[in-house]
Amino acid sequence: MTPNPPALELRAVTAGYDRSAPVVREASLTVAGGEAVGLLGPSGCGKSTLAKVAALLHRPYAGTVHLGGVQARGWRHRAPRAQRTAVGVVFQQPRLAADPRLTLAALIAEPLRATGRKTEALTRTGELAGSVGLGTDLLGRRPHEVSDGQLQRACLARALALRPRVLVCDEMTAMLDASTTAALVAVVEEYRELTGAALLAVGHDRTLLERWCDRTVDMPGIALPARAPAPGPNR
Amino acid sequence: MSQGTDAPEPLLSVRDLSVRFGMRGGREIAAVTDVSLEVAHGECLALVGESGCGKSVLASALLGLLPGNARVGGSALLSGPRPGETTDLLAADEATLARTVRGRRVGLVPQSPAAHLTPVRTVRSHLAETVRELTGAKGRALATATAAAARRAAFPADHLDRYPHQLSGGLAQRAATALALVGEAPLLLADEPTTGLDRDLVERTVDELRGHADAGRGLLIITHDLAAAERIADRVAVMYAGRVVELAEGRGFFGAPGPRHPYARGLLDALPERAFRPIPGMPPELGDLPAGCAFAPRCARADATCATVPALSGTVACHHPVPAPEPAGHGLRPEGSRT
Repeated sequence: MTPNPPALELRAVTAGYDRSAPVVREASLTVAGGEAVGLLGPSGCGKSTLAKVAALLHRPYAGTVHLGGVQARGWRHRAPRAQRTAVGVVFQQPRLAADPRLTLAALIAEPLRATGRKTEALTRTGELAGSVGLGTDLLGRRPHEVSDGQLQRACLARALALRPRVLVCDEMTAMLDASTTAALVAVVEEYRELTGAALLAVGHDRTLLERWCDRTVDMPGIALPARAPAPGPNR
Repeated sequence: MSQGTDAPEPLLSVRDLSVRFGMRGGREIAAVTDVSLEVAHGECLALVGESGCGKSVLASALLGLLPGNARVGGSALLSGPRPGETTDLLAADEATLARTVRGRRVGLVPQSPAAHLTPVRTVRSHLAETVRELTGAKGRALATATAAAARRAAFPADHLDRYPHQLSGGLAQRAATALALVGEAPLLLADEPTTGLDRDLVERTVDELRGHADAGRGLLIITHDLAAAERIADRVAVMYAGRVVELAEGRGFFGAPGPRHPYARGLLDALPERAFRPIPGMPPELGDLPAGCAFAPRCARADATCATVPALSGTVACHHPVPAPEPAGHGLRPEGSRT
């Protein structure tokens, strides 16, 4: 073991939604502490699946995930809380990632309340919202009353609420305009500077990820190509 | 027509389009205000702007798809169905829109394909229904036409029997694009057609759309993807807080001399291949717009005159636009400048 284990390590991960035809085959990826890695790949190549595995949200068929050198022992609700909360996730579509019944304030505070920190939720919600540029006037609204950009800001604030050591951003800005993209990336970088958190940014925008991350890796390059893809005319 | 755009009749001519949403408690949302624009046959107009600026509401208004609490003003004349005739899309009744306009004269490439597709039906079933309704094809011809429709949007044939939830975001978008192209409508309205696609697919999708413009159709593409807009747009309309603040030729806008409105400049500067610098702050609430120029609170050039709304004079609606002939000290020579 090295003295400084990587913040996130995926070893020969095979995962998917059909055991006979996994989407990702034997993919390995390492993100060092404080490092920002961009994971690039075309649509449908399995990069989001890999991101879900890294965030302990999807159990792989084979392979292991290590967070700060400790092997993950469970996925989803079975993941130990310390590991589950060490990873913050921001998804591509904020509308699908936000409970429509919650106000933005409740949405941002949800991780704090879920881990039994109600009092902290009261004090930190405003601060978290401020850090992503959301004014207090928006915090009482529900998702349908704000724009995609504003909702994604709230989702980012939620991901930062438990001060994760690893942040996984799966196409965080794919729905957003250039200015909001630059603003959200700036928020992530500010947080990482402050805390030394590592970043796995998943996307297909090479220009963006090369500008944002320390290095980028291409998805087909880190996984075995899926078995005999059908020789369709357009793929 | 009041403006000097004589020559051929534009395919779509939008004049002073405004959309207001009446909310509970008498509150009013000014989603679109006094928008005037034209799309000619064979032309691609890109409508760009931040999320929540009213772009998609404009598209919904043109298709008569606004909710019941919307009040619409102005006109949107679509040429046809016969030469010399026009249909006002804002005044047409639902039967006209449903039977003769949507899909046949105006094709829509929607923003959220996952929501656009019926979850319990396969892509093939969606396509076959649309082909049958719009072309009357039956039997073997229907199967062939369905496969051809999928191919035009680069939808892989081996995925045709999948349900929407089995598709990646990119494939769902291509399915929706394929549906929009079936009717061969003279005007295509593409509302964020490239969201969630990777760069290669973005380029293929917009090139396909561009191909329809080159074949004589009009294309109004609503997008926040400036790279996609740059690739295919003849002209660019920049929207901010419900108003068009700049209307410019695509080449001059993305190249030299660049945009003249400070907001449009900021938008381009936010690109990762440029300064990667966000515009400070967020767009204003459409229900609570400032009295004057809506961009003034975020604008470095703002002063006292910005307390009144600037009119769209020429190509730009700003009291302090970037001067036209000078490319702001980049040492670039603007195209067509007097030397």
